[in-house]
Amino acid sequence: MTQTKHIEMRNVRKAFRFFTLEDLSLDLEPGQIMGLVGPNGAGKSTTIRLLTGLLAPDAGEVRVLGHVMPDNQAVAKRDIGFVSDEMRLFGHATLEWHMQFIASIYAGWDEQYARTLVKRFNLHAKQNVSGLSSGEHVKAVLLLALARRPRLLILDEPTSGLDPVARHELLSEFMDVLRDEDRSILFSSHNTVDVERISDRIAFIDRGRLIDSSDKEDFLERWRRIQLQLPAGAAMPELPHVVSRVQDGQFVTLTTNQYSPDLISFLGAGVREVQRMSLEEIFVANVMHHRELRGS
Amino acid sequence: MHSMYSGINISQTDARPMYLQIMEQIRARVAAGDWPSGKELPSIRALAAALSVSVITVKRAYLDLENDGVIVTRHGKGSFVADINGLAGELQEEKLDEHLTAVAALGQQLGLSEEELATRLRRAIRNVDKK
Repeated sequence: MTQTKHIEMRNVRKAFRFFTLEDLSLDLEPGQIMGLVGPNGAGKSTTIRLLTGLLAPDAGEVRVLGHVMPDNQAVAKRDIGFVSDEMRLFGHATLEWHMQFIASIYAGWDEQYARTLVKRFNLHAKQNVSGLSSGEHVKAVLLLALARRPRLLILDEPTSGLDPVARHELLSEFMDVLRDEDRSILFSSHNTVDVERISDRIAFIDRGRLIDSSDKEDFLERWRRIQLQLPAGAAMPELPHVVSRVQDGQFVTLTTNQYSPDLISFLGAGVREVQRMSLEEIFVANVMHHRELRGS
Repeated sequence: MHSMYSGINISQTDARPMYLQIMEQIRARVAAGDWPSGKELPSIRALAAALSVSVITVKRAYLDLENDGVIVTRHGKGSFVADINGLAGELQEEKLDEHLTAVAALGQQLGLSEEELATRLRRAIRNVDKK
Protein backbone atom coordinates (compact mmCIF):
# COMPACT_ATOMS: atom_id res chain seq x y z
CA MET A 1 0.00 0.00 0.00
CA THR A 2 1.45 3.37 -0.93
CA GLN A 3 0.25 6.20 1.26
CA THR A 4 0.37 9.83 0.27
CA LYS A 5 3.47 11.43 1.72
CA HIS A 6 2.62 14.17 4.16
CA ILE A 7 5.46 16.32 2.89
CA GLU A 8 7.18 16.09 -0.46
CA MET A 9 9.67 18.76 -1.52
CA ARG A 10 11.54 18.21 -4.77
CA ASN A 11 14.59 20.30 -5.75
CA VAL A 12 13.05 23.42 -4.30
CA ARG A 13 14.74 26.77 -4.85
CA LYS A 14 13.81 30.09 -3.33
CA ALA A 15 16.05 33.09 -3.80
CA PHE A 16 16.12 36.30 -1.79
CA ARG A 17 18.53 39.17 -2.12
CA PHE A 18 20.96 37.91 0.53
CA PHE A 19 19.90 34.31 0.96
CA THR A 20 19.02 31.39 -1.32
CA LEU A 21 17.44 28.11 -0.42
CA GLU A 22 18.89 25.71 -2.97
CA ASP A 23 17.91 22.27 -4.26
CA LEU A 24 15.98 21.25 -1.16
CA SER A 25 14.33 17.81 -1.21
CA LEU A 26 12.49 16.47 1.85
CA ASP A 27 10.00 13.67 2.52
CA LEU A 28 7.83 13.01 5.52
CA GLU A 29 5.74 9.83 5.77
CA PRO A 30 2.51 9.57 7.78
CA GLY A 31 3.06 8.55 11.40
CA GLN A 32 6.48 10.13 11.66
CA ILE A 33 8.06 13.06 13.45
CA MET A 34 10.73 14.96 11.56
CA GLY A 35 13.13 17.32 13.25
CA LEU A 36 14.43 20.11 11.02
CA VAL A 37 17.68 21.21 12.58
CA GLY A 38 19.87 24.10 11.56
CA PRO A 39 21.74 27.12 12.90
CA ASN A 40 20.03 30.52 12.89
CA GLY A 41 19.61 31.74 9.32
CA ALA A 42 19.99 28.24 7.82
CA GLY A 43 16.63 28.35 6.04
CA LYS A 44 14.34 26.60 8.53
CA SER A 45 11.71 29.34 8.53
CA THR A 46 11.86 29.72 4.74
CA THR A 47 11.28 25.97 4.42
CA ILE A 48 8.28 26.21 6.73
CA ARG A 49 6.86 29.21 4.86
CA LEU A 50 7.07 27.22 1.63
CA LEU A 51 5.25 24.32 3.30
CA THR A 52 2.49 26.52 4.68
CA GLY A 53 1.90 28.34 1.39
CA LEU A 54 3.21 31.69 2.61
CA LEU A 55 5.91 31.58 -0.08
CA ALA A 56 5.95 30.15 -3.60
CA PRO A 57 9.08 28.30 -4.78
CA ASP A 58 11.10 29.77 -7.69
CA ALA A 59 11.79 26.24 -8.90
CA GLY A 60 10.96 22.70 -7.86
CA GLU A 61 7.80 21.30 -6.33
CA VAL A 62 6.20 21.47 -2.87
CA ARG A 63 3.42 19.04 -1.98
CA VAL A 64 1.74 18.86 1.41
CA LEU A 65 -0.71 16.01 2.11
CA GLY A 66 -0.67 15.44 -1.66
CA HIS A 67 -1.67 19.04 -2.50
CA VAL A 68 0.56 21.28 -4.60
CA MET A 69 1.59 24.35 -2.63
CA PRO A 70 0.89 27.20 -2.70
CA ASP A 71 -1.77 26.68 -5.46
CA ASN A 72 -3.96 24.29 -3.44
CA GLN A 73 -3.22 25.69 -0.02
CA ALA A 74 -6.87 26.36 0.82
CA VAL A 75 -7.63 22.62 0.76
CA ALA A 76 -4.32 21.55 2.33
CA LYS A 77 -4.65 23.97 5.24
CA ARG A 78 -7.78 22.28 6.55
CA ASP A 79 -5.50 19.45 7.63
CA ILE A 80 -2.42 21.43 8.62
CA GLY A 81 -1.90 22.81 12.10
CA PHE A 82 0.78 25.48 12.16
CA VAL A 83 2.35 26.88 15.30
CA SER A 84 5.14 29.41 15.43
CA ASP A 85 6.55 31.17 18.46
CA GLU A 86 5.87 34.44 16.63
CA MET A 87 2.11 33.87 16.65
CA ARG A 88 0.13 36.29 18.79
CA LEU A 89 -3.41 35.77 19.98
CA PHE A 90 -5.77 38.70 20.61
CA GLY A 91 -4.73 40.05 23.98
CA HIS A 92 -8.11 41.55 24.87
CA ALA A 93 -9.97 38.27 24.26
CA THR A 94 -10.15 35.14 26.40
CA LEU A 95 -8.87 31.68 25.50
CA GLU A 96 -12.55 30.63 25.45
CA TRP A 97 -13.26 33.24 22.75
CA HIS A 98 -10.34 31.96 20.67
CA MET A 99 -11.54 28.37 21.03
CA GLN A 100 -15.03 29.27 19.80
CA PHE A 101 -13.55 31.28 16.96
CA ILE A 102 -11.37 28.39 15.71
CA ALA A 103 -14.23 25.91 16.25
CA SER A 104 -16.45 28.03 13.97
CA ILE A 105 -13.88 27.87 11.15
CA TYR A 106 -12.67 24.28 11.30
CA ALA A 107 -15.08 21.36 11.03
CA GLY A 108 -12.60 18.97 12.66
CA TRP A 109 -12.57 20.86 15.98
CA ASP A 110 -12.65 18.41 18.90
CA GLU A 111 -14.27 20.24 21.81
CA GLN A 112 -13.72 17.45 24.31
CA TYR A 113 -10.01 17.21 23.47
CA ALA A 114 -9.75 21.01 23.72
CA ARG A 115 -11.22 20.88 27.27
CA THR A 116 -8.79 18.06 28.18
CA LEU A 117 -5.85 20.13 26.93
CA VAL A 118 -6.98 23.20 28.90
CA LYS A 119 -6.75 21.07 32.05
CA ARG A 120 -3.51 19.28 31.09
CA PHE A 121 -1.78 22.56 30.26
CA ASN A 122 -3.18 24.13 33.41
CA LEU A 123 -4.74 27.02 31.47
CA HIS A 124 -7.92 28.92 32.28
CA ALA A 125 -10.47 29.34 29.49
CA LYS A 126 -11.92 32.55 30.99
CA GLN A 127 -8.57 34.28 31.32
CA ASN A 128 -7.68 37.14 28.99
CA VAL A 129 -4.78 36.22 26.71
CA SER A 130 -2.89 39.37 27.73
CA GLY A 131 -2.53 37.87 31.22
CA LEU A 132 -0.73 34.72 30.04
CA SER A 133 2.97 34.12 30.61
CA SER A 134 5.02 33.42 27.47
CA GLY A 135 4.99 29.69 28.22
CA GLU A 136 1.22 29.72 28.69
CA HIS A 137 0.84 31.68 25.46
CA VAL A 138 2.73 28.99 23.48
CA LYS A 139 0.59 26.31 25.12
CA ALA A 140 -2.60 28.21 24.21
CA VAL A 141 -1.53 28.53 20.56
CA LEU A 142 -0.62 24.86 20.48
CA LEU A 143 -3.94 23.88 22.06
CA LEU A 144 -5.82 25.75 19.34
CA ALA A 145 -3.86 23.85 16.68
CA LEU A 146 -4.03 20.40 18.36
CA ALA A 147 -7.77 20.48 19.03
CA ARG A 148 -8.42 20.81 15.30
CA ARG A 149 -6.92 17.32 15.01
CA PRO A 150 -4.83 18.21 11.94
CA ARG A 151 -3.12 15.37 10.08
CA LEU A 152 0.08 17.37 9.81
CA LEU A 153 1.45 19.62 12.53
CA ILE A 154 4.12 22.11 11.51
CA LEU A 155 5.86 23.66 14.47
CA ASP A 156 8.41 26.43 14.15
CA GLU A 157 10.72 26.41 17.18
CA PRO A 158 7.87 25.25 19.44
CA THR A 159 9.93 24.73 22.58
CA SER A 160 12.28 27.71 22.39
CA GLY A 161 12.00 29.99 25.38
CA LEU A 162 10.05 27.46 27.47
CA ASP A 163 11.01 26.26 30.90
CA PRO A 164 11.88 22.53 31.27
CA VAL A 165 8.49 21.60 32.75
CA ALA A 166 6.51 23.30 29.96
CA ARG A 167 8.83 21.70 27.38
CA HIS A 168 8.19 18.29 28.89
CA GLU A 169 4.42 18.84 28.76
CA LEU A 170 4.61 19.89 25.12
CA LEU A 171 6.80 16.96 24.04
CA SER A 172 4.42 14.52 25.77
CA GLU A 173 1.54 16.07 23.88
CA PHE A 174 3.39 15.76 20.55
CA MET A 175 4.00 12.08 21.21
CA ASP A 176 0.36 11.62 22.10
CA VAL A 177 -0.61 12.93 18.66
CA LEU A 178 1.60 10.25 17.12
CA ARG A 179 -0.37 7.41 18.70
CA ASP A 180 -2.44 7.79 15.57
CA GLU A 181 -0.47 6.37 12.65
CA ASP A 182 -1.96 8.74 10.10
CA ARG A 183 -0.70 11.91 11.76
CA SER A 184 2.72 13.45 11.48
CA ILE A 185 4.75 16.35 12.80
CA LEU A 186 7.48 18.50 11.34
CA PHE A 187 9.23 20.67 13.86
CA SER A 188 12.15 23.00 13.51
CA SER A 189 14.48 23.51 16.39
CA HIS A 190 18.00 24.18 17.40
CA ASN A 191 17.38 22.28 20.62
CA THR A 192 18.99 19.01 19.57
CA VAL A 193 18.12 17.30 22.88
CA ASP A 194 14.39 17.54 22.11
CA VAL A 195 14.96 16.50 18.50
CA GLU A 196 17.08 13.52 19.51
CA ARG A 197 14.43 12.33 21.89
CA ILE A 198 11.25 12.45 19.82
CA SER A 199 12.20 12.52 16.11
CA ASP A 200 12.02 9.55 13.77
CA ARG A 201 13.70 11.41 10.96
CA ILE A 202 16.18 14.24 11.07
CA ALA A 203 17.14 16.77 8.42
CA PHE A 204 20.13 19.05 8.93
CA ILE A 205 20.20 22.28 6.96
CA ASP A 206 22.89 24.92 6.82
CA ARG A 207 23.26 28.04 4.67
CA GLY A 208 20.25 27.25 2.53
CA ARG A 209 21.13 23.63 1.76
CA LEU A 210 20.12 20.26 3.07
CA ILE A 211 23.38 18.72 4.28
CA ASP A 212 22.12 15.38 5.59
CA SER A 213 18.82 13.64 6.17
CA SER A 214 18.04 10.16 7.49
CA ASP A 215 16.41 8.06 10.19
CA LYS A 216 17.55 9.18 13.62
CA GLU A 217 18.79 5.72 14.63
CA ASP A 218 20.78 5.59 11.41
CA PHE A 219 22.49 8.90 12.26
CA LEU A 220 23.38 7.72 15.74
CA GLU A 221 24.73 4.39 14.42
CA ARG A 222 26.86 5.89 11.66
CA TRP A 223 28.76 8.52 13.64
CA ARG A 224 31.56 7.73 16.09
CA ARG A 225 34.54 9.45 17.64
CA ILE A 226 37.60 7.20 17.78
CA GLN A 227 40.59 7.86 20.03
CA LEU A 228 43.80 6.36 18.70
CA GLN A 229 47.35 6.08 19.95
CA LEU A 230 49.84 5.58 17.13
CA PRO A 231 53.10 3.66 17.63
CA ALA A 232 55.98 6.14 18.08
CA GLY A 233 57.09 7.52 14.71
CA ALA A 234 54.22 5.91 12.78
CA ALA A 235 52.22 7.94 10.30
CA MET A 236 48.44 8.02 10.39
CA PRO A 237 47.07 5.90 7.52
CA GLU A 238 44.67 7.55 5.07
CA LEU A 239 41.14 6.39 5.76
CA PRO A 240 37.85 6.88 3.94
CA HIS A 241 34.80 8.46 5.64
CA VAL A 242 36.85 10.46 8.12
CA VAL A 243 35.05 13.73 8.69
CA SER A 244 37.61 15.26 10.98
CA ARG A 245 40.99 14.36 12.35
CA VAL A 246 42.85 16.05 15.17
CA GLN A 247 46.38 14.91 15.98
CA ASP A 248 48.41 15.72 19.07
CA GLY A 249 51.72 13.84 18.95
CA GLN A 250 50.90 10.15 19.01
CA PHE A 251 47.29 10.79 19.94
CA VAL A 252 44.67 11.10 17.22
CA THR A 253 40.95 11.78 17.43
CA LEU A 254 39.00 10.72 14.36
CA THR A 255 35.36 11.46 13.63
CA THR A 256 33.71 9.14 11.12
CA ASN A 257 30.27 9.22 9.53
CA GLN A 258 30.46 5.60 8.31
CA TYR A 259 31.32 3.63 11.42
CA SER A 260 31.65 -0.14 11.19
CA PRO A 261 33.35 -2.74 13.40
CA ASP A 262 35.62 -3.44 10.39
CA LEU A 263 37.11 0.02 10.79
CA ILE A 264 38.10 -0.80 14.36
CA SER A 265 39.70 -4.12 13.45
CA PHE A 266 41.55 -2.32 10.62
CA LEU A 267 42.91 0.27 13.05
CA GLY A 268 43.94 -2.55 15.39
CA ALA A 269 45.65 -2.25 18.75
CA GLY A 270 46.02 1.53 18.65
CA VAL A 271 42.32 2.09 19.35
CA ARG A 272 41.94 3.44 22.88
CA GLU A 273 38.28 4.33 22.83
CA VAL A 274 35.26 4.40 20.55
CA GLN A 275 32.63 6.93 21.57
CA ARG A 276 29.05 7.36 20.47
CA MET A 277 28.09 10.93 19.69
CA SER A 278 25.07 12.95 20.75
CA LEU A 279 22.91 14.43 18.03
CA GLU A 280 24.30 17.84 18.92
CA GLU A 281 27.88 16.67 18.37
CA ILE A 282 26.88 15.00 15.10
CA PHE A 283 25.11 18.15 14.00
CA VAL A 284 28.08 20.42 14.68
CA ALA A 285 30.60 18.02 13.08
CA ASN A 286 28.32 17.64 10.07
CA VAL A 287 27.92 21.39 9.56
CA MET A 288 31.65 22.06 9.94
CA HIS A 289 32.48 19.21 7.54
CA HIS A 290 30.11 20.51 4.86
CA ARG A 291 31.32 24.07 5.22
CA GLU A 292 34.86 22.78 4.70
CA LEU A 293 33.82 20.84 1.60
CA ARG A 294 32.20 23.94 0.17
CA GLY A 295 35.33 25.91 0.91
CA SER A 296 33.99 28.57 3.22
CA MET B 1 -1.29 9.10 31.46
CA HIS B 2 2.23 7.84 31.96
CA SER B 3 1.45 5.52 34.81
CA MET B 4 1.11 2.34 32.75
CA TYR B 5 4.81 1.89 31.96
CA SER B 6 6.27 4.44 34.31
CA GLY B 7 8.84 1.89 35.49
CA ILE B 8 10.80 2.22 32.27
CA ASN B 9 13.11 5.21 32.29
CA ILE B 10 15.12 6.82 29.55
CA SER B 11 18.18 8.83 30.39
CA GLN B 12 19.68 11.16 27.84
CA THR B 13 22.90 11.48 29.79
CA ASP B 14 23.38 7.72 29.76
CA ALA B 15 26.11 6.89 27.22
CA ARG B 16 24.05 3.95 25.93
CA PRO B 17 21.62 4.73 23.13
CA MET B 18 17.96 4.99 24.10
CA TYR B 19 16.92 1.80 22.30
CA LEU B 20 19.44 -0.22 24.35
CA GLN B 21 18.12 1.29 27.58
CA ILE B 22 14.61 0.19 26.64
CA MET B 23 15.85 -3.30 25.70
CA GLU B 24 17.69 -3.78 28.98
CA GLN B 25 14.73 -2.72 31.10
CA ILE B 26 12.35 -5.04 29.24
CA ARG B 27 14.87 -7.90 29.50
CA ALA B 28 15.14 -7.33 33.25
CA ARG B 29 11.34 -7.56 33.64
CA VAL B 30 11.20 -10.76 31.60
CA ALA B 31 14.13 -12.31 33.48
CA ALA B 32 12.57 -11.42 36.84
CA GLY B 33 9.32 -13.06 35.80
CA ASP B 34 7.34 -9.81 36.20
CA TRP B 35 6.53 -10.11 32.52
CA PRO B 36 5.68 -13.81 32.00
CA SER B 37 5.85 -15.54 28.63
CA GLY B 38 2.84 -14.74 26.49
CA LYS B 39 2.32 -11.33 28.13
CA GLU B 40 1.42 -8.70 25.59
CA LEU B 41 3.82 -5.77 25.37
CA PRO B 42 2.55 -2.22 24.90
CA SER B 43 2.26 -1.30 21.23
CA ILE B 44 5.24 0.53 19.76
CA ARG B 45 3.29 3.77 19.49
CA ALA B 46 1.84 3.52 22.98
CA LEU B 47 5.25 2.93 24.57
CA ALA B 48 6.81 5.73 22.49
CA ALA B 49 4.09 8.11 23.65
CA ALA B 50 4.42 7.01 27.29
CA LEU B 51 8.21 7.47 27.31
CA SER B 52 8.19 10.56 25.03
CA VAL B 53 10.70 8.96 22.71
CA SER B 54 10.43 8.51 18.97
CA VAL B 55 8.56 5.61 17.43
CA ILE B 56 11.69 4.56 15.52
CA THR B 57 13.61 4.15 18.80
CA VAL B 58 11.02 1.77 20.29
CA LYS B 59 10.73 -0.05 16.95
CA ARG B 60 14.48 -0.65 16.96
CA ALA B 61 14.35 -1.99 20.56
CA TYR B 62 11.47 -4.39 19.74
CA LEU B 63 13.18 -5.59 16.56
CA ASP B 64 16.41 -6.39 18.40
CA LEU B 65 14.51 -8.05 21.27
CA GLU B 66 12.75 -10.20 18.69
CA ASN B 67 16.02 -11.16 17.02
CA ASP B 68 17.36 -12.12 20.44
CA GLY B 69 14.30 -14.33 21.02
CA VAL B 70 13.05 -12.33 24.02
CA ILE B 71 9.79 -11.29 22.37
CA VAL B 72 7.70 -12.51 19.46
CA THR B 73 5.83 -10.16 17.16
CA ARG B 74 2.71 -11.37 15.44
CA HIS B 75 1.88 -9.21 12.48
CA GLY B 76 -1.16 -7.07 13.20
CA LYS B 77 -1.62 -8.59 16.66
CA GLY B 78 1.19 -7.09 18.67
CA SER B 79 4.30 -8.21 20.52
CA PHE B 80 4.44 -10.82 23.27
CA VAL B 81 7.04 -12.10 25.70
CA ALA B 82 8.51 -15.26 24.16
CA ASP B 83 8.68 -18.66 25.81
CA ILE B 84 11.97 -18.24 27.64
CA ASN B 85 12.65 -21.97 27.99
CA GLY B 86 13.25 -22.02 24.26
CA LEU B 87 10.44 -24.53 23.77
CA ALA B 88 8.69 -24.02 20.48
CA GLY B 89 5.71 -22.30 21.97
CA GLU B 90 2.40 -21.65 20.37
CA LEU B 91 3.67 -18.37 18.95
CA GLN B 92 6.67 -19.94 17.25
CA GLU B 93 4.50 -22.73 15.86
CA GLU B 94 2.27 -20.09 14.33
CA LYS B 95 5.26 -18.34 12.85
CA LEU B 96 6.46 -21.64 11.34
CA ASP B 97 3.06 -22.20 9.74
CA GLU B 98 3.14 -18.68 8.33
CA HIS B 99 6.53 -19.30 6.73
CA LEU B 100 5.49 -22.72 5.40
CA THR B 101 2.39 -21.21 3.79
CA ALA B 102 4.59 -18.61 2.12
CA VAL B 103 6.97 -21.36 0.93
CA ALA B 104 4.07 -23.37 -0.50
CA ALA B 105 2.80 -20.31 -2.37
CA LEU B 106 6.26 -19.57 -3.79
CA GLY B 107 6.68 -23.22 -4.83
CA GLN B 108 3.39 -23.05 -6.70
CA GLN B 109 4.46 -19.85 -8.46
CA LEU B 110 7.67 -21.56 -9.56
CA GLY B 111 5.69 -24.62 -10.72
CA LEU B 112 7.42 -27.04 -8.33
CA SER B 113 5.78 -30.36 -7.51
CA GLU B 114 5.21 -31.39 -3.90
CA GLU B 115 8.12 -33.81 -4.14
CA GLU B 116 10.47 -31.20 -5.60
CA LEU B 117 9.54 -28.78 -2.82
CA ALA B 118 10.13 -31.46 -0.18
CA THR B 119 13.57 -32.18 -1.71
CA ARG B 120 14.43 -28.51 -1.45
CA LEU B 121 13.30 -28.46 2.19
CA ARG B 122 15.46 -31.51 3.01
CA ARG B 123 18.43 -29.78 1.37
CA ALA B 124 17.80 -26.69 3.51
CA ILE B 125 17.67 -28.85 6.65
CA ARG B 126 21.04 -30.41 5.77
CA ASN B 127 22.51 -26.92 5.25
CA VAL B 128 21.29 -25.84 8.70
CA ASP B 129 22.75 -29.02 10.24
CA LYS B 130 26.16 -28.29 8.68
CA LYS B 131 26.24 -24.94 10.46
